[in-house]
Amino acid sequence: MSIAESHSGIIGGIAARFRTCPATGLQIDLAAERLIKANAVAAVVFLLVGGVFGLLVALTRWPAVHLLPADMFYLVLTAHGLDVLLLWILFFEMAVLYFASAVLLNCRLAAPRFAWLAFILMLVGGVLTNIAVLQGDSSVMFTSYVPMQASPNFYLGLILFAVGALIGCLVFLGTLVIAKEEKTYEGSIPLVTFGALTACIIAIFTIASGAIILIPTWLWSLGYISHIDTLMYKLIWWGMGHSSQQINVAAHVAVWYAIAAITVGAKPLSEKVSRTAFLMYILFLQLASAHHLLVEPGISAEWKVFNTSYAMYLAVLGSLIHGMTVPGAIEAAQRRNGFVNGAFEWLRKAPWGNPAFAGMFLSLVLFGFLGGISGVVLGTEQINILMHNTLYVPGHFHATVVAGTTLAFMALTYLVLPLIFQRKVILPGLAKWQPYLFAIGVSGISLFMMGAGTLGVSRRHWDITFSDAALSFDYPSAAFLMLGLNGLSAILAAVGGGLYIVITVGSLLFGEKVTADNVVEALGPMPTRKVSEAVKEYGNAGTFHLPGTYILVAVFFTAFVLYYFVNWKYVSDLWPMG
Amino acid sequence: MALTPPEAKIWWNEKVERGELVWIVIAFLWGLVMFFMMVYWHLEGQQNLSNEVYRISPEKFLAKTEKFTEQYKVREEAGIPVAKAPAGSDVYMLARLWEWWPILELEKGQTYRVHLSSVDWQHGFSLQPVNVNIQVHPGLEHVVTITPTQTGEFSVVCNEFCGVGHHTMIGRIHVVDK
Repeated sequence: MSIAESHSGIIGGIAARFRTCPATGLQIDLAAERLIKANAVAAVVFLLVGGVFGLLVALTRWPAVHLLPADMFYLVLTAHGLDVLLLWILFFEMAVLYFASAVLLNCRLAAPRFAWLAFILMLVGGVLTNIAVLQGDSSVMFTSYVPMQASPNFYLGLILFAVGALIGCLVFLGTLVIAKEEKTYEGSIPLVTFGALTACIIAIFTIASGAIILIPTWLWSLGYISHIDTLMYKLIWWGMGHSSQQINVAAHVAVWYAIAAITVGAKPLSEKVSRTAFLMYILFLQLASAHHLLVEPGISAEWKVFNTSYAMYLAVLGSLIHGMTVPGAIEAAQRRNGFVNGAFEWLRKAPWGNPAFAGMFLSLVLFGFLGGISGVVLGTEQINILMHNTLYVPGHFHATVVAGTTLAFMALTYLVLPLIFQRKVILPGLAKWQPYLFAIGVSGISLFMMGAGTLGVSRRHWDITFSDAALSFDYPSAAFLMLGLNGLSAILAAVGGGLYIVITVGSLLFGEKVTADNVVEALGPMPTRKVSEAVKEYGNAGTFHLPGTYILVAVFFTAFVLYYFVNWKYVSDLWPMG
Repeated sequence: MALTPPEAKIWWNEKVERGELVWIVIAFLWGLVMFFMMVYWHLEGQQNLSNEVYRISPEKFLAKTEKFTEQYKVREEAGIPVAKAPAGSDVYMLARLWEWWPILELEKGQTYRVHLSSVDWQHGFSLQPVNVNIQVHPGLEHVVTITPTQTGEFSVVCNEFCGVGHHTMIGRIHVVDK
């Protein structure tokens, strides 16, 4: 029996079928469960497709290999961005939204039929855009800057996908309303649901921006509109393109809190602080469109400075707060678990063999050190002159979206498999290493692309030797080395990513059924609590002393300040301009 | 736990512990430092992007650049004219599929008003190995004031994807002593 216990419940006059989760005692709406499964499976399929495209991109960038011809390279690069940045992540986020609402709030899902409509629209849209790209007449890159034109189905697919995602967001909001109405929980919604709500609100803003620009662009591609302003396109497109990355940030921070809670029993240090940090995302992240317009003609410096800094870095402040409260919550929990010696026993004795925990912690560290710092530096108005459209940009966002979001979602999968799919993770020995392999590979991709970008190498560029050009130019030889190392790192990441897909799909097909008897074991190794008199109380009530977290945060802050000013030094060496 | 409703129902009245508070204050102040660093650089720094931009039709910009090139052409390089305008004057460079045109010759230490625009799609002006990167739009004439401080041969790589010949789009700026 895959369903330990199942029963019908009539709440608010609407019948829904539930099972009781053997691990948590939560009532799980079977309709929600099926939707979570469908969205998660679609996500993993697009990760596989997009990941293969990504490997082909890296192998073409590697000068010694230079795998694909130019037209195929640009085609594959367009498809790579589309499949992983949009489809993998948003399908997974839909699963997270349904989980954080129906499952965590112990509630039935609102309008499951609409949720299926959302899923189908997203799937049809995603496939349609993929077909348009693979047909070869829409190699316009993920950004599709006008006046470069793709085939109408490229835009139509994106519009359908966005409408689907919007319906999914509304189902999430509807579920929150039902849960409140039917009193399925007490007090306020859990922090993880709050984070998912943040992601949902940003998603609605994002989708609206996408609709505002993609619908006229679609009509333009059909010939009904004669002209789309290039600057306006970029401003609004990035209202979707960058803000949608902030959906990811909100979602993966929520996932960090969730994994920390399940694997080490972490609870937020302060609900107030963590929730305020999420609120800052809602209030300020939308300004990030400016990050893509810093060296654009026709936009004033005042606008750029205010918007690029999210109104004086208030959204960055949100991330800096989570950067302390997540490890802080883990340290407090581990000290509660009995690991009180020194500054770092809590970290050394953390469940590093549990891929959910390892993936989450690596995601946290890499997102902060590589993605966060590079993002702020790249988004500084004058420093952007050094880096705009160089490989530094993909270097940065592979640290945020791949090392941060993707790794966090992979980590969560190791808990979703036993809890939602009710399957034990197969190949536990390999699963243990999967997050490390992927993290090392992605860190390499990110660092070497940032390195090549610092040396000036252009992004989205097939041939950095310029062999077909009328004039010649040589990038520094170190750039060639960097791109070789980038290729090697991509292979490593592909092995890690491939392993994730094999384990996930294999567990679905062949994993041992999870029942009440083995559910805790199926969640992977957990720290055993050493209860003793000496163990103090940590958390939002009681003593509060987190030396390890303070040291980690101090190291992070020092790296941040140094790297920030090093880049100002580079700017000051440029030719004077104004 | 983060997966369950807050333990304290009135969680918004809870006292924030000192460690968190200290970090929030530091992080907030650091944000202000980074914000005012950009403002400060506009006042004291030498490297800021010009805000001087005009709307212009691609045809008109092409005509202006052709006139400029004809007037100041000193030689050709790989079939591309090289224009050397008087020190400190206005110079023009246009972007099109897939070239930067014409080649410019500038004098070290002199300040030029470089007019940049595209006559077709968007392109990216990436001056190498100096590493100055500026977006170029059709329909917008961007006047960038620039003072070369090194002599030598510099390349303009296109770093905005502009179709299948993107990677062949390369231009040249020579900087010579007076």
